[in-house]
Amino acid sequence: MKRVVITGAGTINALGFDVADTFKAMREGRCGIGPLEFRDVDRLAIKIGGQVHGYEPEAHFNRQQLSLYDRFTQFTLLAARQAMEQSGLEFHGELADRSGVILGNSGGGLNTQDENFRAVYEDGKNRVHPFVVPKLMNNAAASHVSMEFNLRGPTFTVATACASSNHAMGQAYQMVRSGMAPVMITGGSESMLCFGGVKAWEGLRVMSKDACRPFCATRNGMVQGEGAGVFVFEDYDHARARGADILAEVVGFAMSSDAADIVMPSKAGAARAISGALKDGKIAKERISYINAHGTGTAANDKTECAAVADVFGAHADSLMMSSTKSMHGHLIGGTGAVELLACIMALKDGIIAPTIGYQEHDPECALDVVPNEAREATVDVVMSNAFAFGGLNAVIALARV
Amino acid sequence: MNVKDQVIAIIAEQALLEPSDVTLDSTPSDLGIDSLGLVEAIFAIEETFDISVPFNANDPTEGDFDISSVAKIIEGIEKLKAGQAA
Repeated sequence: MKRVVITGAGTINALGFDVADTFKAMREGRCGIGPLEFRDVDRLAIKIGGQVHGYEPEAHFNRQQLSLYDRFTQFTLLAARQAMEQSGLEFHGELADRSGVILGNSGGGLNTQDENFRAVYEDGKNRVHPFVVPKLMNNAAASHVSMEFNLRGPTFTVATACASSNHAMGQAYQMVRSGMAPVMITGGSESMLCFGGVKAWEGLRVMSKDACRPFCATRNGMVQGEGAGVFVFEDYDHARARGADILAEVVGFAMSSDAADIVMPSKAGAARAISGALKDGKIAKERISYINAHGTGTAANDKTECAAVADVFGAHADSLMMSSTKSMHGHLIGGTGAVELLACIMALKDGIIAPTIGYQEHDPECALDVVPNEAREATVDVVMSNAFAFGGLNAVIALARV
Repeated sequence: MNVKDQVIAIIAEQALLEPSDVTLDSTPSDLGIDSLGLVEAIFAIEETFDISVPFNANDPTEGDFDISSVAKIIEGIEKLKAGQAA
């Protein structure tokens, strides 16, 4: 089996327009969550989110591109451009034929759907733009990345709600590891912050009106975010041969299904994914010193996740750190695992653990070291990132310092 | 139908029971209604009475709306109807 390393990373999210800005915000424990700005926001009960502000599509894409790129595709392409530039890779010949793109996404072009449903239902129009379908389909971003960088191998989109990106990165990892593909572009994106998108979430009554406070006794729900995280996963020998800078190594992955409830999380399902990732990577549990939690800030997730971690790690659970960066960038749903993998890379590369901000009060049901409010310096060798989706679908990925 | 009968009908439908099986002192969990079922029942209550019920599934006890029994739910709706009509 091949070793798999990360040789490029890119992002745009509420904390920054690139990886450096996002790392800086995570170090500073800055909150990217604030008042939402879009049409009809006054008709929502939930008016906050981790929205990307100050972004001008016209600065990056021409008119023809914008008629085909929903906001989630735009975010994906911007993140992919950064990741590709950092990797220094160009795809021609056999390398192009064998390398591909696997991205996570849940809602597809929800802004495009929202705008066009509004046009036909509310405004009574009988005609929509000819590219509505290719713009809203949730494989659009993966396809445009493949076109922009000439990636002609296995390319598709994974949709497993909040675990989409972790599932996508797990697939990419397995393809490179098995030797099927020398390089895979992977990660995910989401852009659900529009009237219909937030209204749907509001109905479930799990959203917070004021802040995302994971693991805190006063937590009262999740807050949505938007953006993208894209990575270059590359065969270690291939990366070494060309002298590439290596950000981290992917060392384990596992997935599981709770097979229990469509929204309530299960401790057993989460624990099976966590212990599965350890087993997959032959990682002794004591070597894990940081976990980027799923940590949504809902009552149910956070206590279930802490219980699952305590179950898997036993006494070691008390000596590891586990933070939720959703407190800063919000929950990016299908893109969340990708942006959160950045916190794992920062921990390994820079020795800085991103905090769980907004933490006010200890919850005995979440009695782990959640790195409250301030980033911490620590040398860590192996880290993991959890994602537990609605539908009971879990995916956990482990990274190590190279 | 008065408020009481309407609420009992909503809760009975959610719990897959006959209205006669829903008593005023039943709690949602007595009737087998889980948190998701509760969210759905509250949606039906909001639609039926054209009111907005303050309810967060993360902390059902947080708002003023008491869901500890069918009687409390009815009482809460009466209060909201009076308040939100004004």
